[in-house]
Amino acid sequence: MEGRARIFGDDVNTDYIISSARKRSSIDASSLAAYLFESIAPAFAASVQAGDILVAGRNFGCGSAMEVAATVIQAAGIRAVLAKSFSRSFYRNAINNGLLVVECDTSSVTEGDELVITLTANAAEVRDVTCGIQLRGAPLPAIMLRILDAGGLVGFLREHDGWNEPTA
Amino acid sequence: MTSQRAGTISEQILSRKCDRDVRAGDIAVCRVDTVVGTDGSGPMAIDYFERMNGRALFDPSRVYFSLDHYAPPDTAATRAFHERIRAFAARYGATVFDVGEGISHQILVERGLVQAGDLLVGADSHAVTCGALNAFAIGVGSSDLAAAMLTGAVWLRVPESIRIDLTGSRPHGLAAKDIGLEIVGLLGSEGANYQAIEFAGEASSDLPLDDRLVLSNLMVEAGAKAAIFEHDRVTAAYLADRGGVRGEPVQPGPDARYARTMTIELARLTPRLARPHAPDNVAPVSETGDVSVQMVFIGTCTGGRVVDFHEAREAFDRAGGTIAPGLQLVLTPASREVHDRLLADGTLDRFIRAGAIVTTAGCGACCGTSGVIPGDGMTVLSTANRNFKARMGNQTASIYLASPAVCGEAAAIGRIPANPRTREPENPRT
Repeated sequence: MEGRARIFGDDVNTDYIISSARKRSSIDASSLAAYLFESIAPAFAASVQAGDILVAGRNFGCGSAMEVAATVIQAAGIRAVLAKSFSRSFYRNAINNGLLVVECDTSSVTEGDELVITLTANAAEVRDVTCGIQLRGAPLPAIMLRILDAGGLVGFLREHDGWNEPTA
Repeated sequence: MTSQRAGTISEQILSRKCDRDVRAGDIAVCRVDTVVGTDGSGPMAIDYFERMNGRALFDPSRVYFSLDHYAPPDTAATRAFHERIRAFAARYGATVFDVGEGISHQILVERGLVQAGDLLVGADSHAVTCGALNAFAIGVGSSDLAAAMLTGAVWLRVPESIRIDLTGSRPHGLAAKDIGLEIVGLLGSEGANYQAIEFAGEASSDLPLDDRLVLSNLMVEAGAKAAIFEHDRVTAAYLADRGGVRGEPVQPGPDARYARTMTIELARLTPRLARPHAPDNVAPVSETGDVSVQMVFIGTCTGGRVVDFHEAREAFDRAGGTIAPGLQLVLTPASREVHDRLLADGTLDRFIRAGAIVTTAGCGACCGTSGVIPGDGMTVLSTANRNFKARMGNQTASIYLASPAVCGEAAAIGRIPANPRTREPENPRT
């Protein structure tokens, strides 16, 4: 997976990703994508390109557990989010929808860097082609890897007939 | 159950729910006792449920939806969300708490639908509130809600726990909100991420249940997965009063290991507030400076219970009992039960005669989904739990979070009080 880095800071809460008030009119992610990050980066939605990769600081996705925060990011064409850390509810929601989330030290990545993400057995490797550095993502629990492999929780439950599988 | 050691409350509850001895760091698929969605998360959960080929709920008697975020629905779109939930619930046998009944987790607590030792999954981040009743209660998104409705289970990483000891004697007038904000400020916005908080200490067992609800509620602002109180006479009395005794109380084992332990000395605490635009941006009220306020909001799952309105009323009356010129005072009870009790005891009448706006029980103006939206550039003082930019539906507004008493006083004086008045000692919180 390759894409262009789009930089955000620490503590980007889900209301900043997509305002709760916007959900009043629709929960359809593609129609909400025009309002992605409107409170903190009003020009972002118009500039996002398919394949862009979000690169954030600490605690990405804190606050409300609303799942549109993950689906709207996907609907905007973004395929992965890298952050120093994620809030637990956003992290689950992302994986459940097949959105790749990589916990890694993002401090050296800058806006527009070309990133290449490779999935290994239990983690993601990120190569910043622009500045020539390699970042290693924190390993994912096996069950999260299986959910990601299935494209999300819907696919996982359909393939596995519920939770019937070892979950070590 | 045989186990090597008892462990934390979290480890014990989750071990029971997966029938094996699990410890912090383990992944477990756990049976849930109660599943609750809202009009915010529910429609999307129904989408996921259908895509999962859901044909039935795992146990319809344990699945609830609360119509609390759009209460009342004021657009065709929000009304359609409600109709979708009603149709789904009617088809599959789930229970709907209708518009005006209140906030999901408040209703579950009031009606004895969450019990000690339970595992509760709520598609609302403030479902952690239910941890006050010695339950492991977590907030999730719509897909996890759908999976729990379908399978009766959720996969979880067993969290490490942070033990918070509350010690010392609580000063008169010190609100649970002050204690909670202090803890959130100390932990920071992700200080408890992926971890559970377990409250302990002699001052913890003195806390009335309403105060425990406030503390458990606020801990998600530090990222906590759950925020649990020990089971004691307060828990037992509350649950007995609410008609339920099916729970299995859990106490921490003497061998429980904690990721960290914090001690909060209540005697040294003073009223706190969170400044814009983050709940962990906490400072003493007395150090806030002269901030004029154009809107005061008293409500939500943090500060919308009977005792909160009583404390707000008392402070409001002591500060003159009239609303400051140009200020809008908005009240939203957390539930119909709260509303009806305030109606019966004259509290609502007192505020309405003073010129306050009272809105339908539910989430109200907290996240800009129903109720009053602040005006451009306004400063809001609120009893809620989040003050992110645009949280209440206007991104030019600035939101401060404080206790009901500080909010009540501010409504009368039109600014954040420099030295909040303390309550009379002869009128202790009960």
